[in-house]
Amino acid sequence: MGIDRREFLKIIGASAAFALGGMTIVDAIVKDDAEAAQYTPEPGALVAGQWAMVIDMWKFKTEDDRKRVIDACNSAHNIPDFGEAKDEVKWIWDDSFEHAFPETEQKYLQASLEKMPFLLMCNHCENPPCVRVCPTKATFKRSDGIVMQDMHRCIGCRFCMAACPYGSRSFNWSDPRPYIKHENPNYPTRTKGVVEKCTFCVERLAKGEMPACVEASNGAMVFGDLKDPNSKVRKLLESTYTIRRKPELGTGPNIYYVIRGADNA
Amino acid sequence: MLEKALEGSRKYWTWVIFLLAVIGVGFIFYLRQFGYGLGITGMSRDVSWGLYIGQFTFLVGVAASAVMLVIPLYLHNFKKFSKIVILGEFLAVASVTMCMTFIFVDMGQPTRVLNVMLHPTPNSVMFFDFLVLTGYLLLNIIIGWTSMGAERKGFAPPAWVKPLVYISIPWAISIHTVTAFLYAGLPGREYWLTAIMAARFLASAFAAGPALLIILAMIVRKLTKFDPGKEVIQSISKIVAYAMAANVFFLLLEVFTAFYSSIPGEKNPFFYLYAGIDGFGKLVPLMWISAILAVIALVLLIYPGTRRMEKTLAAACVAVFASLWIDKGFGLTVGGFVPNPFGKITEYWPTVPESLIILGVWAIGALVLTILYKVAISVREATAGIEIEH
Ligand code: SF4
Ligand code: SF4
Ligand code: SF4
Repeated sequence: MGIDRREFLKIIGASAAFALGGMTIVDAIVKDDAEAAQYTPEPGALVAGQWAMVIDMWKFKTEDDRKRVIDACNSAHNIPDFGEAKDEVKWIWDDSFEHAFPETEQKYLQASLEKMPFLLMCNHCENPPCVRVCPTKATFKRSDGIVMQDMHRCIGCRFCMAACPYGSRSFNWSDPRPYIKHENPNYPTRTKGVVEKCTFCVERLAKGEMPACVEASNGAMVFGDLKDPNSKVRKLLESTYTIRRKPELGTGPNIYYVIRGADNA
Repeated sequence: MLEKALEGSRKYWTWVIFLLAVIGVGFIFYLRQFGYGLGITGMSRDVSWGLYIGQFTFLVGVAASAVMLVIPLYLHNFKKFSKIVILGEFLAVASVTMCMTFIFVDMGQPTRVLNVMLHPTPNSVMFFDFLVLTGYLLLNIIIGWTSMGAERKGFAPPAWVKPLVYISIPWAISIHTVTAFLYAGLPGREYWLTAIMAARFLASAFAAGPALLIILAMIVRKLTKFDPGKEVIQSISKIVAYAMAANVFFLLLEVFTAFYSSIPGEKNPFFYLYAGIDGFGKLVPLMWISAILAVIALVLLIYPGTRRMEKTLAAACVAVFASLWIDKGFGLTVGGFVPNPFGKITEYWPTVPESLIILGVWAIGALVLTILYKVAISVREATAGIEIEH
């Protein structure tokens, strides 16, 4: 056995290279191919390391303020209105504090919170269980943090609906097209049998525009890059008290809700 | 060998035609579902899986339970099972066929189902479930069919079958473990998020499957000249007794954890299933029937007198099967979705078209089983008296 130092190092080097190579292959298999096929953003598009949103419900003064925001999303994205809860498709909607944050259940809640409706939508989780379970990669996470949905690949198994702990996903229980009030020709309609949800308005970001709901919110919803320390969302998070839905599940939700004391209400 | 399925008595043909009719009705309603969408079922945005997935889950267990005959025969050389093991393997084939059909009818876009293979996703449990189920189906078809063919010619099965049999043992465990992982790894679904899920699945599987096998063996004995033997049925009944006891024990462990910890998310599904919440309680009667049947079955199975008497044993087996069908095929799926992530309650109940599609799929399983059993029993009847080394 005459392995000298040089040879030994060579072997070590070769095995390391082999191991690394192997890991890259495993990585390539395990990683979404969606990730590999990342798009290059158009010039003028809004880009970020991690998109996030801060919502201040205190800035919504009337029901109309909320409705305007919800309608903005509904009409931009051809959301059908089935008129009943069973088949309902919704990307953004409102519900009470108690339902939005069920685990913070408290009998003697600050009066302003008790009646305050909260706007709910997909949290574009940092560690999204919906992506983890999808058997076809029809739902995937982009490098800017947006959790996307490929309507042409989805087989409608609804595993992602069981996995999402926020009830953010809707299934098309039948053809949605007859239930779209005013069709927006610039946005695709969906077919029956696929799952959909809020997309953080990727189609608008690509054109350099803010999400439709944010634009309609008169500053009550702020959208920006969490990775940029100078972004408006970061400044807001540093200066106000915010909470997220079910952070204890480790999903890393990216929608933050401002909570104010009664005197600020 | 398949030609054996084409010759039979009038009774046999009436039964086959009856099954075909049920399948036909199911198929017509499936076409409606295919055209309209899954909205014709009772599922909703909140309860997005229903009886289809429940049946799938339950039947994976029945399929896996074939291993309870294979282990004693091949690992412990318990020769008495050599006659009946084929019935177990063919039951597995019929069950996996139903499982796959149930998955298929549950798809929103069934024509795209091959996307699971075209875009393999190793981080998805469903991808693995697909793989292990297909493998298990093939294993059982190959093992069952070759052993049958060899027996017809009066030979022992070829040597290469044995390794396949050994592989099929851990494989059977894997199909039900992976199916449990579909449920047990989802954040926020407290009723499913429990480490004991796979163990509970296996226990209930090893009770429900062999219970069904006993019932089938009794029917076969009555209708044909093939008799698996009293002793064999007695041995299987002990398996059912142990497995059912373990299953009930595991369920009680869940109840303890939920109620002693007193965490609302853990308790609420139990409240909903067994007591109802805010007046919503469509499943309450069913869940109690399941509980009562489980107790009756346990008493009948544990007390040696009633276990040995075939009439009471048959009743116990029916009770085990029905109890577990309700618990696993229905309650388990729905319990994970109620209350929903907002603490609200949406109830689920299958619609008529949905129920008829389910019946149709069960009829497909029954037909596959009938044909395979017919072949197996015809071969047995022809070679009666010849002892074969396994
Ligand atoms: S909120 Fe739900 S749908 Fe949205 S990324 Fe998180 S897990 Fe997925
Ligand atoms: S329903 Fe579609 S997006 Fe959801 S897990 Fe299944 S294939 Fe993926
Ligand atoms: S970000 Fe866009 S898609 Fe999401 S809720 Fe707002 S408007 Fe709808």
